[in-house]
Amino acid sequence: MGREVSESCVDSLLTEMVSTYCNRFYANKPELAARRIEAIGYQVGHQLSERYTMERPRFSDHLEAIKFICKDFWSEVFKKQIDNLKTNHRGTFVLQDNRFRWLSRISIDPSLESAESQDSSTPAESKAAQASSMHLYFPCGIIRGALSNLGIPCAVSADISNLPACSFVVRIKA
Amino acid sequence: MAPVAPRSGDAIFANMERVNAELFTLTYGATVRQLLTDLEEVEEVNKQLDQMGYNIGIRLIDEFLAKSNVSRCVDFRETAEVIAKVGFKMFLGVTASVSNWDADGTCCSIILEDNPLVDFVELPDTCQGLYYCNILSGVIRGALEMVSMKTEVTWIRDMLRGDDAYELQVKLLKQVPEEYPYKDDE
Repeated sequence: MGREVSESCVDSLLTEMVSTYCNRFYANKPELAARRIEAIGYQVGHQLSERYTMERPRFSDHLEAIKFICKDFWSEVFKKQIDNLKTNHRGTFVLQDNRFRWLSRISIDPSLESAESQDSSTPAESKAAQASSMHLYFPCGIIRGALSNLGIPCAVSADISNLPACSFVVRIKA
Repeated sequence: MAPVAPRSGDAIFANMERVNAELFTLTYGATVRQLLTDLEEVEEVNKQLDQMGYNIGIRLIDEFLAKSNVSRCVDFRETAEVIAKVGFKMFLGVTASVSNWDADGTCCSIILEDNPLVDFVELPDTCQGLYYCNILSGVIRGALEMVSMKTEVTWIRDMLRGDDAYELQVKLLKQVPEEYPYKDDE
């Protein structure tokens, strides 16, 4: 086992990075904040998968690479594997983590949930959803970065309709 | 209830939930990189990293106090020792040392020889003015402010700039007297 730091270092850094982009830099432009956070994740995923695959043979197909993400890669980053993998065999994969670590300690700001929304076009509920979805751009970026480093360009989105489970949907570009 | 003895930094770190440091180091690096792209000015990046650190510090102090059993420090000398020996150890897994005290015991240096933030890092020529680890100074400033100490934290030495260690100068500006919520009893 290499060097370790406390988990709170990573948690604090992620929370603060997301909040810096969402609340300070791009408070009124969530789509720009999202793009920046995803880019940071992409960079991290790209570098991590480079390190974790240094001593492996090349993956023979997409499924092998996705399995690597579900098992080895996920274990390094989250100390557990992805719990469920589904595919339509046409380039879409759904990776489900039943207890996704980075969401397990997030609570939604009650002022966002209960307060009357300032802007009538965004109801409080969707604002709350937006706040937690901001935390998903980083892991989505990590997966996209990791796969792209393995030569697989793709789009990654996340579904948190069953918290604390989280599903990442990977669509490989043909 | 009997007072609980303070725990050593090593003991606390051993019991913390830990993750592989690469993830932390690379996430920090990618964040700094993105800030440099978005803000363009190195000075502004320094400022934002410090602000991020401050925001982290004001929350991290709670976890520190809860897990360390450290009680009130008698003076600033003890405070600095606790930061170096317990604080750095329990979060980053490294120990720092304290030296260069001034005569009245309000200013000292915290020296780090090992720093997980900078593994794999090299500064390009365009980033010479960058204080890459500026988040750390913000964390210390924020954490101390929550325990009634206003401080100024500045970098004296930085290995990324060619020095032989990381040296942070911590200067106690003032002790803010604690205000109790007496109003409830009036």
